[in-house]
Amino acid sequence: MAKRSSRDRMSTEINAGSMADIAFLLLIFFLVTTTIVEDKGITVKLPPWSEETPDITQLKSRNVFAVLVNARNELLVRGEPMSIDVLRERAKEFIANPANREDLAEKPTKAIISLKNDRGTNYETYLSVYNELKAAYDELWTELSQRKYGVPYSEDLPTAWRKTIKDEIPMVLSEAEPTNFGEEN
Amino acid sequence: MSKFSKKRGKSSPAINTASLPDIVFMLLFFFMVVTKLRDSELLVQVSTPFATQLAKLEEKSLVNYLYIGRPTEKYRNIYGTKPRLQLGDKFAAISEIPLFLERFKVKVPEVQRAKITSSLRVDGKVTMGIVQDVKTELRKASQLKVNYSAKKRPDAE
Repeated sequence: MAKRSSRDRMSTEINAGSMADIAFLLLIFFLVTTTIVEDKGITVKLPPWSEETPDITQLKSRNVFAVLVNARNELLVRGEPMSIDVLRERAKEFIANPANREDLAEKPTKAIISLKNDRGTNYETYLSVYNELKAAYDELWTELSQRKYGVPYSEDLPTAWRKTIKDEIPMVLSEAEPTNFGEEN
Repeated sequence: MSKFSKKRGKSSPAINTASLPDIVFMLLFFFMVVTKLRDSELLVQVSTPFATQLAKLEEKSLVNYLYIGRPTEKYRNIYGTKPRLQLGDKFAAISEIPLFLERFKVKVPEVQRAKITSSLRVDGKVTMGIVQDVKTELRKASQLKVNYSAKKRPDAE
């Protein structure tokens, strides 16, 4: 009995004052270590489904920038092998055609990029090719936007501005039905 | 015995712990905001490739996810190593896509249905064959807004 009373006197509450420190420590630890998962990606608009395949042979060949990717992840651009590192520059040159060359697009509104891959192409390669082509357009839009409005192109621009830019340089990327030479089993 | 009790009795630290719940709640809210709840367990390995021209997916409630990759080790002896499609929390055939999209669509208010985006979370090492089939099926189901999920390239400026 005596023992018990002495215990009561000692302390009835657990000292929880340091709990806040521990909680803060945890909080800071997680603040530093967590990377907030963000869903990012390349947004594309697929063409509506139609039974007949569009015929690009009727177009003037100077307006078509044909990119082929084979099952070995090699690029063939306008009939010549090319490295992916220069694809963006070439595409930009083709669309804008600053030197008014005979073999490049008449004007940006007529330029068509045709992308064709094999069923055995790596998705990684396909996406980086797509990324480069999109980057070419993005860079051209930014240049035009800088010239016209003095600000780089982004989705935050007023809709009218964006429309003007996209009317001047529309992104036309047609994807042909893939070949099937290297499909894995 | 008396020695002990004397000492303790003198320093009686009655620290107020009333703020403790606040802190715990703060932590709780922090994690509630930060963590992204994944509604489905991944049955396929997905390591998305790198890209630079990225756009954020705006409204999470208007996004449905299609995963393509090789089955994880756990499922390899049943499903093999060929790339497969995962819809929701199970493996699916390509032909099940329209039903999956329709099921998602009915949950979305009608005015927002045009904004539904399909996020394709595809492993970088997968070949285009299955991706192409999925794309074709999406086009047939007139689900044209598609996002190829990708990570930001670390060396990009």
